[in-house]
Amino acid sequence: MIQGLFKKPKNDLEPSVSGKIVKPTEVNIPHELCTVCPGCKKSVFSSDLQENHYVCPNCGKHLRLNARQRIHMIADPESFQELWGDLRGTDPLGFPEYEEKLRAAELASRENESVVTGTARIGKQPAAVFVMESAFMMGSMGTVTGEKIARLFEYAAEKRLPVVGFTASGGARMQEGMLSLMQMAKTSGAVKRFSDAGGFYLAVLTDPTTGGVTASFAMEADVIAAEPDALICFAGPRVIEQTIRQKLPPGLGRAESLLKNGFIDKIVPRREQRKFIARMLRAHGKERKEG
Amino acid sequence: MNAKDRVAAARAQGRPTAGKYIKGIFDEFTELHGDRCFGDDPAMVGGIARLGQSYVTVIAQEKGTTTRERASRNFGSAHPEGYRKALRLMKQAEKFGRPVVTFVDTSGAFCGIGAEERGQGQAIASNLMEMMMLRVPVLAIFIGEGGSGGALGIAVADQVWMLENAFYSVISPEGCASILWKDPARAPEAAECLKLTAEDLTELSVAERIIPENDGDFDRTFAFLKEEIAAFIAEKQEIPVDELLRQRYHKFRRIQ
Repeated sequence: MIQGLFKKPKNDLEPSVSGKIVKPTEVNIPHELCTVCPGCKKSVFSSDLQENHYVCPNCGKHLRLNARQRIHMIADPESFQELWGDLRGTDPLGFPEYEEKLRAAELASRENESVVTGTARIGKQPAAVFVMESAFMMGSMGTVTGEKIARLFEYAAEKRLPVVGFTASGGARMQEGMLSLMQMAKTSGAVKRFSDAGGFYLAVLTDPTTGGVTASFAMEADVIAAEPDALICFAGPRVIEQTIRQKLPPGLGRAESLLKNGFIDKIVPRREQRKFIARMLRAHGKERKEG
Repeated sequence: MNAKDRVAAARAQGRPTAGKYIKGIFDEFTELHGDRCFGDDPAMVGGIARLGQSYVTVIAQEKGTTTRERASRNFGSAHPEGYRKALRLMKQAEKFGRPVVTFVDTSGAFCGIGAEERGQGQAIASNLMEMMMLRVPVLAIFIGEGGSGGALGIAVADQVWMLENAFYSVISPEGCASILWKDPARAPEAAECLKLTAEDLTELSVAERIIPENDGDFDRTFAFLKEEIAAFIAEKQEIPVDELLRQRYHKFRRIQ
């Protein structure tokens, strides 16, 4: 036994003492501690990534965040209070396989719909907040999504709170047909009434913000910020390529080109977002003149 | 008639396009051009029309009839400047107290490089906001294809009327079938599931009325619409504006 302890394996394939095969190239780190960045394809320690708000320390790529992580990152500790969290998507048209998809989306995202709504303080400033959840059917807009957003704007108008919203969406949800499309008009109406009452609305557009969400409440904010390199478009690059059968110019639909073309106010990297939002909220302070 | 036949009828060559409606319904029409920002979009027609003693602002998606005209009008798929022209003319209508009548007929807002660069999403979004609070009566009439956000961009109205064979859909049946089932050939099935016909949509409270097509005798349809539009305007002008806007918002607000 003692001899065995000191026995040196003759080559890499020979079992070592414990009987385990240790491959020479394998870095001895359990898999879940590492994440491969979809931008630069390099392995990054998950703990580093988490500390860096899921921005790759190598290439600066902003990885997708779920709604709760975003709220945690932006809101003052313990300040978030969820509203209407129990509203769940239904299948109003009896669309084939939709019910199953909804339940699977609930499991995958651990949310009841593609948006989380509530109130929070951000840098001590109170605000009504919505954060879309791309893990729930790609953040598509169901009737309940539209309902929660419309309710939030109405609630904010009544309580004289500003609204801070994070968008992430593949657009309308076809399984809800026209009832989904109508949410664009419904949310736009709610934003408009909130805006006419003097309310301040700040949107942060994150990857991806497309289709019916771009063509409604994403583009209706007083101040529109975006995350670096986020895809923000009406029609996605693949749809355009299929329509016009041409190669697209690089960067089309990315936050940087929207900034250049004048459709967003500012690109704000994740680590600066909290400060930026707090500053904008202070600039539109709640001491509005009573109308 | 099932959904797929309605879709085929709505897209059929030879079906009257917006220009025929304008000519058939109104006593005179003066087209006004341009969005005052970038250009004039031939896919979106706008202007001032007379209906008996009163004037209305007309906004219409025009697909064109001849091949040459269809190409020049981009087959009724508007660019952002089309939506901005529509909004400019609607704000003009508001200023002068003219009701707005829109004719919807598009497979969708155009998906192209220029359309993205000039803010297709932003253009439609601002129409949705402004139309909701436009302080004159607004009527949207779907005469053929109602393609998603591109149709909605001129259809936030007090009432939506749909021709018997018009349809209004969140996505084309072909698009839906290829995304969901990876099989565009299943479009007829998708058309059924999407609930896109005038019948389905009046049931879902997305549309208020179905306009008969009289077996293709559209002159009768135009005469009918002429009377019905006048009646609609007379009725809505009786309602105080704030109440009209409350009702318009509530019409969309209650869809959930």
